[in-house]
Amino acid sequence: MNIWIAVAVTAVGCYAVKLIGLLVPAGVLERPLVRRLAALLPVALLAALTAQQTFADGTTLVLDAKAAGLAAAAVALILRAPFLVVVAAAVVVTAGLRAVTG
Amino acid sequence: MAEQTTSTAIRAGSARDGQAGRPGDGRPEKADSAVVRDALGVGVAVGLSGFAFGVTSAGSGLSVLQTCALSLLVFTGASQFALVGAIAAGGNPLTAAAGAFFLGVRNSFYGLRLSQLLALPRVVRPFAAHWVIDETTAVSLAQPTRRSARIGFTVTGLTLYVLWNLTTLLGALGAEAIGDTDAWGLDAAGPAVFLALLAPMLRTATERAVAGIAVILGLGLLPVLPAGVPVLVAALAAPAVLYAEGRRAARRATGKNPQEDPRKADGRQGEGR
Repeated sequence: MNIWIAVAVTAVGCYAVKLIGLLVPAGVLERPLVRRLAALLPVALLAALTAQQTFADGTTLVLDAKAAGLAAAAVALILRAPFLVVVAAAVVVTAGLRAVTG
Repeated sequence: MAEQTTSTAIRAGSARDGQAGRPGDGRPEKADSAVVRDALGVGVAVGLSGFAFGVTSAGSGLSVLQTCALSLLVFTGASQFALVGAIAAGGNPLTAAAGAFFLGVRNSFYGLRLSQLLALPRVVRPFAAHWVIDETTAVSLAQPTRRSARIGFTVTGLTLYVLWNLTTLLGALGAEAIGDTDAWGLDAAGPAVFLALLAPMLRTATERAVAGIAVILGLGLLPVLPAGVPVLVAALAAPAVLYAEGRRAARRATGKNPQEDPRKADGRQGEGR
């Protein structure tokens, strides 16, 4: 049930912010500080989430095959690979390393 | 990707108002088929990665129904991955939802730009709003005319929505069938998606500073704060860096080298980001 609450709150919240963007008159969200903050917030969140999902197991920090998978994704990004290839590289390298190291 | 195309498209937009698609105005109309091809390319590639979301979500302990509800109703990938990641880590549902929500806030700014570019009728907006995401914005803003922007938005949105939801369902069902998703390396899909979304945003020293501080806060606080909270604290890296930057600019403006400073300050504002 708790998960359904999270699903519902996220769905309503995310739809609301999309709709607000289309409905508000330009200018309200166009203040330079607000715009800069909106551009930087996803950077902070995505960076923190990437790091946590790679190096965390619950509330402990770990270093496992996922780190190698993420490194592979980074290489794919530097080589300008398409989105799907980036994700596939991470998955394949992680699975391969786990298969080898057991 | 979206951020890179944004400023040029807006600038082009103000110059072409009222003459969209007129032949011979130096801005050749893009063939509808070319727009559709671009839009399909983005829609199909990203739509297929719904499979990774389905697997991740089911592997995080959400039911198939909950997983599909997220793709149908939230439909903004990063927020969905963030939510299931936080739930998998044992986070409080409201903290998890807060992280997902903050990630979705950027869509407001996409909508603001799109509403001028697409000039949608009021009745259509509540429906179009659901498709206002990174990919539809990137494709729309890259188009030379309003007509091609509308085609790009619609084709990208439709393909992505249909495929994302189909592959979410397949991924969720597949995750149940194959059991231990970690053995297949599928737990690496979530962070890889985040990295792919993050990479194009890291263009200036400011953005890299924000990302670096956020990583340190997110990992450093992980062992000491309840699950989900460290990510929200890490988000404070954005206002913190902006504040530090503002102070530095102010100090330079009032500071030791008055000849050079006003120009620098102007240049910074002129970047307009």
